[in-house]
Amino acid sequence: MSIRDEIMSTFREVAEVQGRRLAPLTNDLKLTECGLDSLSFALVVTNLEDSLSVDPFNSSEGVDFPVTLGDFIRLYEQAGT
Amino acid sequence: MKSLWRSLVDSGGEIAGGFCGPERTVNFAELKAGSMFPMPVEELRGRSLLIATGEQLATALALLELDGVARRMVLCTPDLTGRQLEAVAAAAQADAVVGEAPHPEFSALPRIAPRAKPTAPIDRPHSEGTDSEATEWVLLTSGTTGTPKLVVHSLRSLCGALSGGAAGASRSVWSTFYDIRRYGGLQIYLRAVRSGSLLVLSSGRESIRDFLARASRAGVTHISGTPSHWRRALMSGAARLISPAYVRLSGEVADQSILDGLKEAFPGATIAHAFASTEAGVGFDVTDGLAGFPETFVDRPGRAADRDRGVEPAPADLKVADGTLRIRSRGIGARYLGGEARSLADDEGYIDTGDLVELVGDRYYFRGRRGGVINVGGYKVYPEEVEAVLNADPRVRMSLVRGRRNPIMGAVAVADVVLTEGAPESQDPVSAARLKDELLNACRRVLPAYKVPAVLRLVAKLDVTEAGKLVRPDA
Repeated sequence: MSIRDEIMSTFREVAEVQGRRLAPLTNDLKLTECGLDSLSFALVVTNLEDSLSVDPFNSSEGVDFPVTLGDFIRLYEQAGT
Repeated sequence: MKSLWRSLVDSGGEIAGGFCGPERTVNFAELKAGSMFPMPVEELRGRSLLIATGEQLATALALLELDGVARRMVLCTPDLTGRQLEAVAAAAQADAVVGEAPHPEFSALPRIAPRAKPTAPIDRPHSEGTDSEATEWVLLTSGTTGTPKLVVHSLRSLCGALSGGAAGASRSVWSTFYDIRRYGGLQIYLRAVRSGSLLVLSSGRESIRDFLARASRAGVTHISGTPSHWRRALMSGAARLISPAYVRLSGEVADQSILDGLKEAFPGATIAHAFASTEAGVGFDVTDGLAGFPETFVDRPGRAADRDRGVEPAPADLKVADGTLRIRSRGIGARYLGGEARSLADDEGYIDTGDLVELVGDRYYFRGRRGGVINVGGYKVYPEEVEAVLNADPRVRMSLVRGRRNPIMGAVAVADVVLTEGAPESQDPVSAARLKDELLNACRRVLPAYKVPAVLRLVAKLDVTEAGKLVRPDA
């Protein structure tokens, strides 16, 4: 599974478990409007840390927190390469 | 107060008991006829001694001979490094080390090598009688990675909690998973010696099955350990080797599932869980088979009022302040040695245990150590509360909940779970995945979302410290 697919399916799984209604996942979807609360986001990040073995937020250079889903995926793709 | 040896001799008649180690048993009658020291014990009068033996048997014998003679006995646990021993020796102003072999990294003090077994001739002052008040018993606190703290006790403070209950039971055979050089184990040592009973000592070189088989051959009736010790015993299947009348848990929070598990394994036994710490002594015993402790234990009128009313005084006065349990007991340690000389207790004589408690209905439940709380975005998660939910599943033997750093919430809770032996889920990945979902769903049913583990892993085992407690990275 590609990084993008992994992220998409993690969003869906967490939303389902947390009982959240997820907006259609598009690149320019603002994360604040995607339907997840901050705890759900925390769960997404923790799960991705395990499945992708990367934690882009723990970079020594510091990261700009992604605004859109596209930014978010790019962050993981860059960290994974 | 009479010295240990004196009270044993004065108990008169046949002294049936003794100490059963992994290789040999020494009974009190043998010890009466010989000494384990290569010199007259009187030569050790007034000395400050580190007791640093390999096996517990040598320590068990040394304490019995030195109480009332030595000025200070420091009970060193076998896991101490050379550097820690040096710090302990300095703080205790030790004159010599009692131990079979020199520690490879610590040879600063003269060493007194005990004999392999008590040997005549002896020249000891026991016949004139000795007073235990002359001797400080110094215990090291466990669970710290740096220099251990030295807590000063006396035989009187150590025996403060021993009155009543099973302490005087005759024909009992005691045993403990604990090392007797730790508070929980020393309590059992003193109970056995003061009642002239046999004590089956554990050994770090023995498997849990071999230890319990040996205890079984000795006819063990009373046995104690931490909940982690007991989970391992149940997990190994070796618990069925023994059929004790009295099972005691202390040193960690006993949750309902371990109490139920022990009740099932030992249907005829009294299952007691106790709160005790090296500094504060024994706070209370709970024998109703339920986790936590009754609200009525707290803010009672006090032991003096109990005596006035003619009822057996509780071992300690309890209060709850700032969410943590405070204890004022007869078993309180006097002070720390070396470094900070501050008294252990507050102005009213209470010690803060650092253990968080919460009142639910008419019962208090432990919610972990004050330092062990996981902070999930400002919400507090007590690992023990989540572990209790996981452990309630019959397929789960033990679990550990800890914090994992998280960029969104600061931290999230994650869980490591050990399944019971033979649970089919441990073999098959599909049913393992299903079990994980079921465990997490069980958490979701009873816990708010932030307390539900973000990740749950099945692991083969969890680390347990030398003191028999789960290794908690945050605590």
